[in-house]
Amino acid sequence: MSPTPVLRLHNITKRFGSLVANDAISFDVREGEVVALLGENGAGKTTLMNILFGHYVADEGTVEAFGKVLPAGDPNAALAAGIGMVHQHFTLADNMTVLENVALGTQSLWAPRLDRKEASSRIRALAQGFGLVVDPDATIGRLTVGERQRVEILKALYRDARILILDEPTAVLTPGEAEALFRTLKLLVAKGLSILFISHKMHEVTAISDRVLVLRGGKLVGERKTNETDSRAMAALMVGGEIASPKVEAVQRGSVRFALSQVSARPPAGVPLNNLTLELHGGEIAGLAGVSGNGQATLAALMAGTIAPSSGTIAVDGREARSWTPRAALGAGIGRVPEDRHAVGSIGDMTVAENVISERYRTRRFSRFGFLDWTAARRFAEELVRDYDVKCPSPDARIRLLSGGNMQKLILGRALDGDPPVILANQPTRGLDVGAVAYVHSRLLQARKRGAAILLISEDLEEILALSDRVYVMSKGRLSSPSARGERSVSELGELMAGRSEDALHAA
Amino acid sequence: MRLEPKPAPSFAATLLYPLGAVAATLVFTSVLALLAGASPLDVFLLVAKGAAGSQFALMETLTRATPLIFTGLAIAVAFRAKLWNIGAEAQLYMGGVATVVLGTGALPLPAPLLIPILMAASMLAGALLLLGPAFLKTRFGVDEVVTTLLLNFIVLLFVSMLLEGPLKDPMGMGWPQSIKVLPEARLPRIITGRRLHYGFVLAIVASVILWVVMKRTTLGYEMRAVGHNPEASRFAGIPVNSVLMKTALLSGGLAALGGFSEVTGLKGNLTSDLSANFGYTGIVVAMLAMLNPLGVVASAIFVAGIFVGADSMSRAAGVPSYIADVMVAVALLTMVTAIMLTRFRIRWR
Repeated sequence: MSPTPVLRLHNITKRFGSLVANDAISFDVREGEVVALLGENGAGKTTLMNILFGHYVADEGTVEAFGKVLPAGDPNAALAAGIGMVHQHFTLADNMTVLENVALGTQSLWAPRLDRKEASSRIRALAQGFGLVVDPDATIGRLTVGERQRVEILKALYRDARILILDEPTAVLTPGEAEALFRTLKLLVAKGLSILFISHKMHEVTAISDRVLVLRGGKLVGERKTNETDSRAMAALMVGGEIASPKVEAVQRGSVRFALSQVSARPPAGVPLNNLTLELHGGEIAGLAGVSGNGQATLAALMAGTIAPSSGTIAVDGREARSWTPRAALGAGIGRVPEDRHAVGSIGDMTVAENVISERYRTRRFSRFGFLDWTAARRFAEELVRDYDVKCPSPDARIRLLSGGNMQKLILGRALDGDPPVILANQPTRGLDVGAVAYVHSRLLQARKRGAAILLISEDLEEILALSDRVYVMSKGRLSSPSARGERSVSELGELMAGRSEDALHAA
Repeated sequence: MRLEPKPAPSFAATLLYPLGAVAATLVFTSVLALLAGASPLDVFLLVAKGAAGSQFALMETLTRATPLIFTGLAIAVAFRAKLWNIGAEAQLYMGGVATVVLGTGALPLPAPLLIPILMAASMLAGALLLLGPAFLKTRFGVDEVVTTLLLNFIVLLFVSMLLEGPLKDPMGMGWPQSIKVLPEARLPRIITGRRLHYGFVLAIVASVILWVVMKRTTLGYEMRAVGHNPEASRFAGIPVNSVLMKTALLSGGLAALGGFSEVTGLKGNLTSDLSANFGYTGIVVAMLAMLNPLGVVASAIFVAGIFVGADSMSRAAGVPSYIADVMVAVALLTMVTAIMLTRFRIRWR
């Protein structure tokens, strides 16, 4: 039958307080096999991987590699046993070369120097064998995200990994880079390596894996051969029911509500923007696609008011803004959902009531003569909790205690309060479960229906395509021309995301 | 070893851990008492008696607590906004300087006018002193711990210079001290024959006002928001830099009131030993009170009691009064640990 298991998890249980992140999970991975671990955010995938690699200690259960039980909580033992991990967030030193990064930690601290020649030839051999083209002498800081990921994989292979764990490897890649990654993975499997692939994207799982394990709420709820199942069935397993895709009704396109003309911005850290022009119409969702780190953050900061343009003008409803600050943006009628709900969207150690008034505490609604009206603040918090279906013990609970989805609903409620004519939604559904994602989408569509102009920034192309009336692509700080719904194919958008110019696209 | 947050601290834990902290402090200081050759029980009883065993002792403790309440409030308000003001010592002295400059005859006014003017002037002096470091922090990112700490030494030397020069009392037999403030500028005693003065009442009023400001006003809300998360505050439209400036003015002003109160209530003049490290001890007071303005009153009385009690204990038992410093320090460390343990649990590996 099938080859022998190289990795075996037995009855892994991990609790965080009252939360059971992993509940008695057992499975094995065989030689030369790609196993996909599918599950929503918060299903326990990352916790499981951290246990497997020794970052966490399981409360119960064991991990076996090649027939030997691994000591708990020891990443070095996992490495020595031939397990390599490619994290979602790379663990590379930016100011060192590929060679130094790959060899880092493989040599004794007492070794007088690095045998560069030998290391370099081994890296080249590995790189050629597996299609991981990268220059060993290049500095990491100069590499693209896709190249950095190749270095991470090389790092694992250099240590003779026989089992490779990839945690959401495509989250930061363009569609084209993802294709290349899949080709590499197939080569690795052909050489007898085993791969455990973590994802929540259905199409990747079908494209690459032999077997799928589905996690939901910390439990292993299903195991299927990939060729014996389909994405609908997997999605249903993952969510525990059918999911409805958002219904986008036809809405009359309105006038321009928000306009950037010839705007340049130089943020203290981040991608500068040059001569950017963008118009958002009422009753329309404009989607901004792109690989993260291509200037979306700068554009979002500009729209939110946290940075001011160095030249050019910003106009809301035709009125040109003079001084541009967060308060000015709010005053002009921009509802803002920030990218990072923990660091920017909320103040974790303050209560729900204190958080929901943060943009409006100075208005007559919540204060008089410098004294706050806590009754009004609590009432507002209760309204949002009710209207947005937030699970929250009381307005006086610290917002830190809420789950990501509930926190996001509150932030959305705060941003949409008073029906702002312009809405900035920056990664509004990142890290949310399917139910919360659907909810956020329905609220944005509702705002669109009442005539708001919405900019939706997302790294999830499927989300952009599902919601947007027009799609922009941002690459290296430049904005593409917009395309109407369905005008450009996914692969065309992918090429734009990868930095190809529109002219090149038309010529092809 | 790592810390995992507890979802909700149990009631028993919030009660037991601080008691454990007190017990640990007593155990630790017992060892020191034994080393000094005294019975720990005697030492503790003598400290307690010296701090609160008689009306006289209690009045002395409250007198000692007065400047600590002011500096404790100054620290509490600044730390709440994460403005690390280590310079309450200097601000207190500036308050004393302003009081003496205007209160020794420059303004011949009746008490109901003079006292408020001196209060306002001293607050202004302390506030302006902290404005510099706050400006450097908000504008250029200069670490205010360094600037406020170093200002302490500069101001102390500046005060010495004034006391040897322009402010020197010509009748002072050569001592570096200023002339006494006018009788109209003096804060009256609360009980005749005891040193406790109305500065203590002023301190209580200040702490209640500050408590209301922190809880109920937009300014208090802004300061707490900026302290907890400046980035989110900025995003929400809270003017972070201007809030930090206001915090600095308030904090510096409160510390300076301590100087005003010591000069007009207790000493009568300015000397270079006006403060017995009140600015630094204020940090301990504020931390013990978990930055709560009302808690500052209690923790200032507690800390003052230990110092006053230890002084009288050392005369009776022959144990050096430095044990008071150790007690306060250990109490702070164990209390901070206890507070942390009520909110987190430790996981070994």
